[in-house]
Amino acid sequence: MSIVIAVAALGGLTLLLAIMLIVANKKLFVYEDPRIDKVEDMLPHANCGACGFPGCRPFAEALVQGRALPGKCTVSTDEGRQAIANFLGVDMGAEEKKVARLACAGGTNVAINRAQYVGVQSCQAAALVSGGGKGCFWGCLGHGDCEVVCDFDAITMNEHGLPIVDQDKCTACGDCVEACPKDLFSLQPISHHLWVACKNLEHGEAVLEDCQVGCTACGKCAMDAPDDLITIKNNLPVVNYAKNHNTQVPIQRCPTGAIVWFNDDGEPIKGKESKKIIRKGSRSLGNT
Amino acid sequence: MNTESLGSIFLNAALVNNFVLAYFLGICPFLGVSGKMETATKMGGAVMFVMLISSMSAYGIHAFLVSIDAPFLQLISYIVVIASTVQLVEMFIKKISPALFKSLGIFLPLITTNCAILGVALFQTSKGYGFLESVVYSLGAGAGFMLALVLIAGIREQMNFADVPNISKGTALTLFIAGILSLCFMGFAGLGA
Repeated sequence: MSIVIAVAALGGLTLLLAIMLIVANKKLFVYEDPRIDKVEDMLPHANCGACGFPGCRPFAEALVQGRALPGKCTVSTDEGRQAIANFLGVDMGAEEKKVARLACAGGTNVAINRAQYVGVQSCQAAALVSGGGKGCFWGCLGHGDCEVVCDFDAITMNEHGLPIVDQDKCTACGDCVEACPKDLFSLQPISHHLWVACKNLEHGEAVLEDCQVGCTACGKCAMDAPDDLITIKNNLPVVNYAKNHNTQVPIQRCPTGAIVWFNDDGEPIKGKESKKIIRKGSRSLGNT
Repeated sequence: MNTESLGSIFLNAALVNNFVLAYFLGICPFLGVSGKMETATKMGGAVMFVMLISSMSAYGIHAFLVSIDAPFLQLISYIVVIASTVQLVEMFIKKISPALFKSLGIFLPLITTNCAILGVALFQTSKGYGFLESVVYSLGAGAGFMLALVLIAGIREQMNFADVPNISKGTALTLFIAGILSLCFMGFAGLGA
């Protein structure tokens, strides 16, 4: 008998609540643009945030309201962006492709370690132990936090423990920028070919003791560059990208190859006078 | 039956046995939506409202279930009532304030599973409160929840400007604050029953 009562009581209760909700749904119905759902379906669902919105859904809302253009989505293919543009009848909007660039070139074959770090294999963890084992305090620790955090397989660690960014796969989502405890990654427009691959704030011999490809702040690039394109600040060259920076002149006399030219395939090219690096293995532990 | 005065029931639920900081119920929104004062206040309001409605319904349902001799249905009926109340609140907020709806995000539907609300309904039943006492109890619990949320949101807003060590940034700091707040509220013990 009690099961009948239970079923009847619960059934009655839920029926009552269901009616209440149906009425409320009718009264409080909010009209949402059906195009938002359609556009969201056409987006890649990566929710990476590279477009500047918190995810694909808010971006779709912005697209429908005309606050953004489909070109902002760097993950989607050209066809995908075009399809959205056609669907909404708007311009696709060209956004210059950005890529993540690493401001360090000190792999294990050129940079020394002042201590051997054997703890958890993560840059975040290593950086907590008095800045990691690297001789250069500013350099890449090489445990590959960026490789792990990259959702697009655009970052791979090379044999010298340096992350290499695949320009074609990189969507400039900025995950690696946040992951790096040394703040070595930054998002750069792909037309910024000139690049300073060093963050060492020391100068001269002090740099070379730690790393063969560090910037010694000799100032040759700043002298050679036309139109004050490069200035030396804090012992590092700073490129003023607002000026015409489409010149390979500044890299030519760099003695260590710290300032490089990224070609269209995303490979760094060093100047002619930079010291050749022939060592393949890692450098031994330094005694600093 | 209970002989507490209404004032002491209210104070008891809001301060002495604060649902968040003394019973540790409803920790999820306490940590999740306490980043901004404005959102925290409104979340507190929404929870308070759901608590009030579900507490009143719980009183009626309990009386009804006792009358048909089926008190074992108590838990499941409470949950059904809470779930539909939350749905109603969700529709209501979406209609009148889309901005608030967005800022509350996933935590609004999650009020459904907020244990503090089910806690209020179950505690008032087990304490044998009458209708008026139940209402006051749920209002007190809601006020306590809101107070906890507003307190931690205020502290977290100030903490944004503080220079804290890297290792304790973000969630860790929030948990520190929550722990210290909870310790403070333990000081109310002995004030009421």
